[in-house]
Amino acid sequence: MSSNPHNATSQRPVLELKSSSFTVPLLVLNKYDLHLISDQLAFKVQQAPEFFKNSPLIIDLNILVKTTTDLDLKALFDIVRKHKFIPVGIRGGKPEHNTAANELGIPVQSTTQTNRPAPKPQKIETTPVAEQQSDNEKNQTKIITHPIRSGQRVYAHGDLIVLSQVSAGSEIMAEGNIHVYGTLRGRALAGVQGNSGSRIFCSNLQAELVSIDGIYKINDDLNDISPGKPVQLFLKEQNLVIEYL
Amino acid sequence: MARIIVVTSGKGGVGKTTTSAAIAMGLAKRGHKTAVIDFDVGLRNLDLIMGCERRVVYDFINVINEEASLNQALIKDKRCNQLYILPASQTRDKDALTLEGVGKVLDELSKTFKYIVCDSPAGIEKGAHLAMYYADDAFVVTNPEVASVRDSDRMLGILSSKSRRAEQGKDPIKEYLLLSRYSPKRVNLGEMLSVDDVQEILSLHLLGVIPESQSVLNASNSGTPVILDEQSDAGKAYNDIVARYLGEDVPHRFINEEKKGLFSKLFGSK
Repeated sequence: MSSNPHNATSQRPVLELKSSSFTVPLLVLNKYDLHLISDQLAFKVQQAPEFFKNSPLIIDLNILVKTTTDLDLKALFDIVRKHKFIPVGIRGGKPEHNTAANELGIPVQSTTQTNRPAPKPQKIETTPVAEQQSDNEKNQTKIITHPIRSGQRVYAHGDLIVLSQVSAGSEIMAEGNIHVYGTLRGRALAGVQGNSGSRIFCSNLQAELVSIDGIYKINDDLNDISPGKPVQLFLKEQNLVIEYL
Repeated sequence: MARIIVVTSGKGGVGKTTTSAAIAMGLAKRGHKTAVIDFDVGLRNLDLIMGCERRVVYDFINVINEEASLNQALIKDKRCNQLYILPASQTRDKDALTLEGVGKVLDELSKTFKYIVCDSPAGIEKGAHLAMYYADDAFVVTNPEVASVRDSDRMLGILSSKSRRAEQGKDPIKEYLLLSRYSPKRVNLGEMLSVDDVQEILSLHLLGVIPESQSVLNASNSGTPVILDEQSDAGKAYNDIVARYLGEDVPHRFINEEKKGLFSKLFGSK
């Protein structure tokens, strides 16, 4: 068949984008003095010249930005390059430093990992961004009007409201609360990112499994619940409690 | 533009091919030019049910591979001149079907036909997926038992998420429930799920109930779509279904056990 060679190539694409993590040395600067930095860097390299030769390096500005306002990033990069490091990123800088680094072709790394000596400035750096994101997503209540069929999965970053039924063999998950106004026959997991205060509200509970913050009950545990009666489920002292509404 | 109907179920042996043959014949007999395609590549059956197995020269895969034209492969039904059958290939497997190839064939059929009935294979893999991908309407055939109902539910999920209409964000596929092999007597004895039970699980528009009937087996064996057996319950049920699909208001039958009249009570009946 003439199409075979095409098939063979289409099975293996030319390139693939994958994600991987590497260990990269981090240069934490405590004081902004270019001469001293250069001297001390030279001393460190001297101890293991082969190990550091052409090694990638990320410069951490966390502590520096507290005391110094005008940083010459280009000069910093020149110094590390002089000692045969290859700067591959900065982190912990202020927005103006990030822009400057980007202009010099150096990427900005995120500061998700906490740095022992300076936890405070990092918090200030990261939390507003994180809060904004989760605020946006948490406000996004997902409303579903059609039946959720066997084999389907639904995930909501905030609350999840289902106006139809949830079939056996399906799975609904929410970081917040779950409301089901049809019959719930599938699996319902609320507070999946660790929100023990979230609840499940359901007008007809016949679920395969219900869970809040990882604490679950299977269908066998629901024998005492009369089907067709609206219930709510919540956590009370690490116990999943079912209560008629 | 033709209306593309997929007859599907997920589970095997529930009556997809019987339904495809009956529905296609019913539509054609009402004067609509109809094509029925067998998507069950490698397990070809539709030609047997339609009684045209001795006239198969080219098949669906030949057309997809451009080894034959559509007109060469289409078999005209001897009983109804509005009905054409496109048989599956028995010597190939489902991998011979391609999304583009199926799309091309359906596009070409759409130019001249009013209805295209796609007889889906069982399962949710490639053959079943391609059978439903281009559909406008879906006839979900279900038997009144739990496994069949759950598989249909799964199929409904796939219909609503993996079809062309879903991918292009158009109106979703219209889904209809066909409950086949139904026996009101066994429902009353509690041996079978009732229409209401199935409706409650699937919450789907019921197009019709096809009673369990010996005539279906006879029709299959003789290569006559059961809808042509107008005396049989199954034939009547399929006629009702076609009428309802075309918008006629026909009351449902065969849901409840027939009450025996005084006459038959006195003299007995089979």
